[in-house]
Formats: sequence, structure tokens, C-alpha cells
Amino acid sequence: MTRADAMGMLLAFIARLITGAQGHWKGCPPMAEQRIYFANHQSHLDWVLIWAALPHELRATTRPIAARDYWTSGNFKHWITREVFNAVYVSRQRSDDQDPLGPLMEALRNGDSLVLFPEGTRSNKGAPQPFKSGLFHLAEQFPQIKLIPAWIDNVQRVMPKGEVVPVPILCTVTFGAPITLAEGEEKRAFLERARAAVVALQPIESQERVPAG
Amino acid sequence: MSALRNLSADQQVALLFVILFGLLVLASSAAALLALPERRPALQARGERLGRELQVVWVGAVVFWAAWLSGPVGSTLLFGVISFLALREYVTLVKTRRGDHRALLLAFFAVLPIQYVLVAYRNFDLFSVFIPVYVFLALAVISAVAGDPERFLERNAKIQWGIMVCVYGLSHAPALVLLDFAQHQGRGAFLLFFLVMVVAFGKIVQTKASSRLRRRPVARLIDRDFSLRAWGLGVAAGGLLGAALYWTTPFRPGQALVMATIAVAAGSLGELVMSALKRDAGVRSWGNTSSVTGAVGLLDRVAPLCFAAPVFFHSVRWYFQLKP
Repeated sequence: MTRADAMGMLLAFIARLITGAQGHWKGCPPMAEQRIYFANHQSHLDWVLIWAALPHELRATTRPIAARDYWTSGNFKHWITREVFNAVYVSRQRSDDQDPLGPLMEALRNGDSLVLFPEGTRSNKGAPQPFKSGLFHLAEQFPQIKLIPAWIDNVQRVMPKGEVVPVPILCTVTFGAPITLAEGEEKRAFLERARAAVVALQPIESQERVPAG
Repeated sequence: MSALRNLSADQQVALLFVILFGLLVLASSAAALLALPERRPALQARGERLGRELQVVWVGAVVFWAAWLSGPVGSTLLFGVISFLALREYVTLVKTRRGDHRALLLAFFAVLPIQYVLVAYRNFDLFSVFIPVYVFLALAVISAVAGDPERFLERNAKIQWGIMVCVYGLSHAPALVLLDFAQHQGRGAFLLFFLVMVVAFGKIVQTKASSRLRRRPVARLIDRDFSLRAWGLGVAAGGLLGAALYWTTPFRPGQALVMATIAVAAGSLGELVMSALKRDAGVRSWGNTSSVTGAVGLLDRVAPLCFAAPVFFHSVRWYFQLKP
């Protein structure tokens, strides 16, 4: 076992100890096929939670997206995203000659699965913000890859914005049924449908806090 | 009987576990036989249900065994972990706000470990007052400093309650193991065994009685199954079992009867209180799979012990004038 594997197991263990990291597979079973998971984004812990909720065998081929400027700035940050999580780096600054989705497409061509947070930024208002268009372009380019919506619940209580130590509170990740891009579907309509698919997975108990839609 | 008395404490405890696991093996085999596919569906379903219930008992028994094997440190650690998991489940379901963050951190990462360290060192005087006196104030201060006046009392009460039940209450279980009677050294495990047996037995009798008897619920909106008659039967049954098990404890039969009755009554009433709390939080069971937690429902299992252990512990300690 390498150091990166050990670190991965340690992180998954901590995530489970603090949050339970329960994966509820409501719309699809966990399977070794190429997928794009897209979820709501409320906290720094979101990625670790989804990652810990996946079965162990799927973790190596399921990759997060990391902002290149932030996650390669320090040795440890770089090591953990590169070696442990096998992250796909993207630049936040747009340069004209480069497609910002380029690295993602390359990863998908390699047969890896991705986890996206299409809101682009963390929201603590409850209901997810409108989705950015990246998901649409990927769905257009790779129609054979399954798009799985996921709802991460409760995580904003574990570590509210501005706090550094997480409080142990149980969280769940609910995975829904795959959606596909319909023939000739407009970008806006598709993104709105994808967002609705994520919101629909919210457990009933927490809906009073976050109004749907 | 006299041969048994001549055994050392360790041998007696070992024998106890041999008997316990033997009974469990018998019960599990019976459940497996009932669940065979050739049986009638009704019997089969019963066998499967029994098997599931027995699984819980198995886990409990193995946990106690591990606790005894690993000595005082191990049993304290073990109950510390159970406490942590129970408190985690509790906090998940009572809604906390952003301003509670620091208070919760204090509860999980300071109060809980300190309480169990106090148990491990048998510092029973401080252990009894640490949470009701010192933590009671400290938590309120931290909440006030966080500066969120909305629902201040309610939020504080929730956290204090969680700590009292999941940490303070449950920490009395390992404390029982470490309680030393004169001429009864090293047999603390028997006290815990006695407590768990009578509480569990009382609970089973109460459940059976309330499904067989015609009943009038005491508090219909809180627990439809809780009736005075069934409760009384459960308490009486637990008390009698306690009297029958007096030889495992330092008590005389009469004392064992009274102590067991107190423990069973406290445990079952505590469970009623917990179901009121659940109704308030809007859940039927602390951890059902479709809810936020999706956890094992640990709190449901340990709730009677959380209430029975402190009452039992302090009754015993006060009545027998035990010094730490």
C-alpha cells in the first residue's frame, strides 16, 4: 500500500466517523461504468463525502475537478489532489486559445468518471443556484456517458462557512436515476431539468429548510 | 453453587459469557430452523424477525465481551465510542443552528472525552458533577458568546439534553464496571450484566404484554403502545428476574429485587421520554433508512440504558455508601 492509498483510507475513515457518509442509491446501483455525477455544492467537504460514499472499487476511477491555481499552490495540496484524489485540474482564468473543458473531456476520453458541482461555487442559501453550462457541453459531446444527479444533505451543518473544525453530524448522499440530453433540447431547458433532478432527491425531512425549485 | 463461589472472579465472568453465548447459539439455531424455506410462511417470517432481533443481541453480547476482555480502559473506550455515535445521531435529528457550532464542538471533543477519562480514573465524585455543574454553565456561556439570541433557550436545552442522555447517562455503564464493593472486587462486570439483563428482559415483557393485552395508552400522542398495565408487568418481570439473579451481584435477594425494579422502571420511563422527543423532532425511529441519518438506530437501542444506568448507579452507590 502506498502512502497515497493510506491517506485515502484515513480520509474516508474520518469522513465516515464525522458524517457517516451514507450513500443512498435510489435511482441507480453503484456500478463500474463511466458516469458523470453532478451534485449540489454547499461546503468544502462535498467532494470527500461523495468519494467516501462510493464503494471502494469505484473511488480510483472517479475523479474530482480542482482549480489549478489553488490546488497546486502548496506541496501538500498538490500531493493530496494529484496522488490521493487523482483530480482533474482546470484553470479558472479563461485564455482564448484553450477550451476550459479540455481537461475534463480528456479525462472522459480516458474512460474515467467525473464528479461535477455545476453551480460553480458553494451556496449556503439552501436551494442550489442555476447550473453553469459545462454539464450541457459534456452531455452533448459524450452522449453515451450516464449523468447521475446526487443530493448531498446536511453537510452545511457539519462545517458552516467560516468554521474550520467539523461537528459530527450524519450526512447522506442520495444518487438518483440517470438523465440524458433529449434530441434537440435547449441548453437552458436541459440545465434547469438537471437542477430539478438534483433538488428532487432532497430527503423530505430537510425540505422545510430548503424550499424546492 | 459452592463450587461456583470458589472460582476466581475472572473465571466466574468467563463462565457467564460461556453461558450467554451458549444461549445465543441455541436461540440463533432455533431462529434459523424456523426460517427454513419448507416452513409455513407465517413461521418463516417469525423466524426471520427473531433472527434480526437476535443479531442485535449478538452485537451487544460481543461488545460486552470485548469490553470485559480489554479491561477498564477498553470498556471505557468502547462506551465512549458508543456515546459519540449516539450523540451524533441525536444532534443530527434535533435541528441545530449555525450559532451552536462552537457549543457542539465543545460537547463532542471536550466534554465527552473528559467525562470518560474521569470514569477510567474512577474519579466518581467529579464524574457525577462535571456535566450537571460545570458543563451546564460552560455550554451556555459559549452559546451566549456566539451571539445568536434567536431561540436561545430552546437551542441550549437541546444540546444540554443530548449531553445528559448520550454522554452523562451512558458513561454510568462503564462506571458500574469500575465500582468496587468490599469482598466483591473485579466483579463489576456482573453489575453491568445484571443491569442490562433486567432492563432488556423488562422491555421484552412489556412489548409482548402490550401486543397481547387490551390496553389504554397513557399518552396516546406520544406512544400508542405504552399502557400502565404492560408497563407494570414489564417492571415486575424485570424485578423478579433481578431477584433471581441476585447471586451475580453483591446484593441480597430483597435488595436485588428493589434495585432491579428501580432500574427497569427508569429505563422504560426513559424510553417513553425518548419517544416524546422523537415525536417533537418529527421522526418515528431515530435511524430509519429513508431519513437524514440512515444510520443504525443506535440511539433507540441504548436509550433505556442511558436512563437506567445513572439511576441504578447512584442508587447502588448511595445505598451501600460506597466510597470511590
